[in-house]
Amino acid sequence: MTTAEIRKAVLDILADIAPDEDLSDLKDDVTFRDQLELDSMDFLDIVMELRKRYRIQIPEEEYTELASMGSTVKYLEPLMKDVE
Amino acid sequence: MIVRRTDQQRIVITGVGLTAPNGNSLAEFRQSLLDGRSGVIEYETRYFGKTVAGVCNFDELRYQKRKEVRRGTRAGGIGIFCSHEAIADSGLDWQNVDKANVGIYVGVTEHGNVETENEIFQISGYNYDTQFWSHHHNPRTVANNPAGEISLNLKITGPHYTLGAACAAGNAGLIQGVQMLRLGECDVALCGGVSESIHSFGIFASFNSQGALAKHDDPTKASRPFDAQRNGIVVAEGGCMMVLERLSDAMGRDANIYGEIIGYAMNSDATDFVNPDPDRQAECIRLALKRAELDPDDIDIVSTHATGTTTGDTQECKALRQIWDGAGHTAMNNTKSFIGHAMGAAGALELAGNFGALRDGVCHPTINLDNLDPECELPGLVINQPKELGNVNVILNNSFGMLGINSVVVVRRI
Repeated sequence: MTTAEIRKAVLDILADIAPDEDLSDLKDDVTFRDQLELDSMDFLDIVMELRKRYRIQIPEEEYTELASMGSTVKYLEPLMKDVE
Repeated sequence: MIVRRTDQQRIVITGVGLTAPNGNSLAEFRQSLLDGRSGVIEYETRYFGKTVAGVCNFDELRYQKRKEVRRGTRAGGIGIFCSHEAIADSGLDWQNVDKANVGIYVGVTEHGNVETENEIFQISGYNYDTQFWSHHHNPRTVANNPAGEISLNLKITGPHYTLGAACAAGNAGLIQGVQMLRLGECDVALCGGVSESIHSFGIFASFNSQGALAKHDDPTKASRPFDAQRNGIVVAEGGCMMVLERLSDAMGRDANIYGEIIGYAMNSDATDFVNPDPDRQAECIRLALKRAELDPDDIDIVSTHATGTTTGDTQECKALRQIWDGAGHTAMNNTKSFIGHAMGAAGALELAGNFGALRDGVCHPTINLDNLDPECELPGLVINQPKELGNVNVILNNSFGMLGINSVVVVRRI
């Protein structure tokens, strides 16, 4: 997957777990929590959906990497580069 | 023991919110019952396949965001919808109600089966690897879930819990509300019952294995209590939540009062897992009458529990005939014949469906009764067409369940 495709994959997950949110202006360098109504259960949903859709395993100590779109994509790039 | 109650100890119903397979408000529901309109339709569920069921079509997004619906349960969503509607109907100045003094008491027949079945089905797509099991499963399946979702949505900080009482649960929720108001544990009781059971294939499969699941080419005719051709239960979803207050509080704010809960009783058969005991049911009815200080002939309408099973209907009829011998004026009806068996919601829904009679004197019938089973002959049974009774002052509502749990609620017009 390219960087743009990974970003799109994360956006698709966010659209499913936060269906009331407008994601069109989501800023990559601002934390999700500062832009969206997300709680800890939502972040677990992101982890679960990455596991289900792409078989990506994220260790609990690395959940903090999912703070913003920018940090998430950067974290996922090496893990998803071979995902088609 | 008869207790003379002060207005602070007299508990009245001031709001009703409901969703039934044939109506999403008390007015719609009542009109359907008078018009003979069923809410039972063809239905298909995972593994079990085609069957019939009572299915609700209320607006899930009226009081919940899409994210709340996704995260929560159908039972929670039903409870939230009914609670908002009941509060609005009550006319309470909700913004200024102290939410710490509101109690939530929700009757459930079962809870968690739907969510557990869904998760097992979901991980079957991952070779049953439990790392794909949802972290939402526990908050969805804890037994207090439907009441807890109401608390979260309405920001109610008083006590909330469910009452697991099989198919007596709707009445049990109301009884709990009465008791907590009398104890001073809350000032407003939001209580009743909910059911999401049609979303569990297990309930259909289990009734089917028991030989107790209704079948009929025409879904609207499948639920037929007391009829000789009845062949079982139509499973339904639904909910009914009521606002209960002390009479003194309701009068103080000039509230509309549907009626006063003047009597109730619960007891146990202690005889069988599924087959009811008419002697204990009759005992439960007599206890409710005694507490209400009424004779059987003081009851204008008996809202029967009958579900359309061979044994259950005849047993309830035996119980009723012990108390009503036909000499009096008491009318009897059945609401499951329209909507099927709404399980945890049934008691509260069926009581609410009769509230209109307290105002207009018209008793809705039991429908689909083409050939009365001789063992189900009941004095005053209103068959297929509504009946003008004149003055209706008191309704007695039966609700019984598996493991021999019996409940009766008596409501009088004020």
